[in-house]
Amino acid sequence: MDIRKIKKLIEMISASDIAEIEIREGEDAVRISRYSSNSLPVLSAPQVVQQLAPPVNNITSLAKAPEDTPPQYQGHVVTSPMVGTLYRAASPTSKPFVEEGQRVSEGETLCIIEAMKILNQITADCSGVISKVLVENGVPVEYDQPLFVIS
Amino acid sequence: MLSKVIIANRGEIALRILRACRELGIRTVAVHSSADRDLKHVRLADESVCIGPAPANQSYLNIPAIISAAEVTDAVAIHPGYGFLSENADFAEQVERSGFIFIGPRPETIRLMGDKVSAISAMRAAGVPCVPGSNGSLGEDDVENARIAREIGYPVIIKAAGGGGGRGMRVVHSEAALHNAILLTRSEAGAAFGNDQVYMEKYLENPRHIEFQVLADTQGNAIHLGERDCSMQRRHQKVIEEAPAPNLSKTLRNKIGERCAQACREIGYRGAGTFEFLYENGEFYFIEMNTRVQVEHPVTELVTGIDIVREQLLIAAGEPLGYEQKDVRFHGHALECRINAEDPKNFMPSPGLISLYHAPGGPGVRVDTHIYSGYRVPPYYDSMIGKLITHGETRESAMARMRTALDEMIIDGIKTNIPLHQSLLEDTNFQTGGTNIHYLEKKLGL
Repeated sequence: MDIRKIKKLIEMISASDIAEIEIREGEDAVRISRYSSNSLPVLSAPQVVQQLAPPVNNITSLAKAPEDTPPQYQGHVVTSPMVGTLYRAASPTSKPFVEEGQRVSEGETLCIIEAMKILNQITADCSGVISKVLVENGVPVEYDQPLFVIS
Repeated sequence: MLSKVIIANRGEIALRILRACRELGIRTVAVHSSADRDLKHVRLADESVCIGPAPANQSYLNIPAIISAAEVTDAVAIHPGYGFLSENADFAEQVERSGFIFIGPRPETIRLMGDKVSAISAMRAAGVPCVPGSNGSLGEDDVENARIAREIGYPVIIKAAGGGGGRGMRVVHSEAALHNAILLTRSEAGAAFGNDQVYMEKYLENPRHIEFQVLADTQGNAIHLGERDCSMQRRHQKVIEEAPAPNLSKTLRNKIGERCAQACREIGYRGAGTFEFLYENGEFYFIEMNTRVQVEHPVTELVTGIDIVREQLLIAAGEPLGYEQKDVRFHGHALECRINAEDPKNFMPSPGLISLYHAPGGPGVRVDTHIYSGYRVPPYYDSMIGKLITHGETRESAMARMRTALDEMIIDGIKTNIPLHQSLLEDTNFQTGGTNIHYLEKKLGL
């Protein structure tokens, strides 16, 4: 998708009342949202979704000086107990441990965080349904970073 | 030049390191606890990584978390600042084994100087004058220990080999008290440092604390940057530091300074370091070496014009020293007052919200602090919130500028020791200069 097209979309959307829009063109897809909120439908189809949230967030949240006002999640937030690289599956070829909508029980493995060549299993500290997966595969995570929401 | 550095510390020294990195075009990563998200250097750094909750042992002392942060950010080097892990040889070793540069000496050197007994042996061998003492750890033989004490001459002091910085020490005035003093110091040392080795030294009754700053590169070059007088102390914590030491002759400065530089060459020292001495009756006695940048480094920077933290980064990047000893000149006099968030009378810590901060200024005034209006001083770490440093052509000028700066400085919302500093700057003995390490406690009636 053309970057100029995307920029035009962002301009149009910030001038409007739209909270979130997703546009698909063949195999490409773009989702632009103002702020993450629980009322949005969960996308289940696996596709390449390019999040362009940062530029729009800047426009709408100029009044808020620190960019780390934490978003509010409904449910229990599982946060990272350590610094490292997060992996959603046991190996590059495996399925992810959990997906949104999946029911989990306390103690079940949600993901792996790798630090200093050691893989640490991060487990659910309560039972419920994964309502949100907040991280992607292979991203660096810091202590206390929100990873999953269990409701 | 190093491309990216992890700043493994907090507060004013983290900001100091960030400033030196920025000057050299080095990208910065601030690792911090969850209580320190609003630290000034965290906000200014190119990247930041939260490494743990507030307690230091789970964050700033958390070796895996810090190394992991270096991995995920692709940093090349780690600067440990002072305190925390800066003199932890295991940390330095793990940093290097993980493929990163530790900005400081080699792990073996840190280990050598961390054990006070081996440090003194190494210094003796290098021709640095030491306090008369047992020249090694004390054994269990009471008769032998009593003989050593008699030879040294009472009063003596029993010190923990794994201690330092004023911790793990006991003074003995007569033979009757010797046996128990050794036993007690041993058991405290075992508990506090995991090492119950103790040694004995002559106890100097009225010494001044004078330390020498050194810089050494990886190519065998080492220079000294002169001395600092840090005698104004309370419970082994420095309160005011100055450079140069009042009334110290140039000859003696050059002689001891060169011995320290030579010792660096002999032990293959790398980076910035400080040799601490007690000075009494015109004689210098080595007590310990600090293998890191020190809190009071600014007074040396102001009289020499050399940026010590910048030099640490250059040395770590493999650069040769940019100065020879003959290039080091001393100009004027500098004073530093450590500003603590504490009650000026009873020294109880005073964390909380700084409702208004106003910095002093003017010629010869330097403020090294991370605080700002609206910053909340957390209760989890030590109480030092900044340093006020002044420089003048003469000691009188530096003192006059300090008095003005202390009067201008505003830190509202918490208590600070500014009133204590104001009274010390009015003290006639301090104004004369050359007070010893017991002076402040005697003045405060402690």
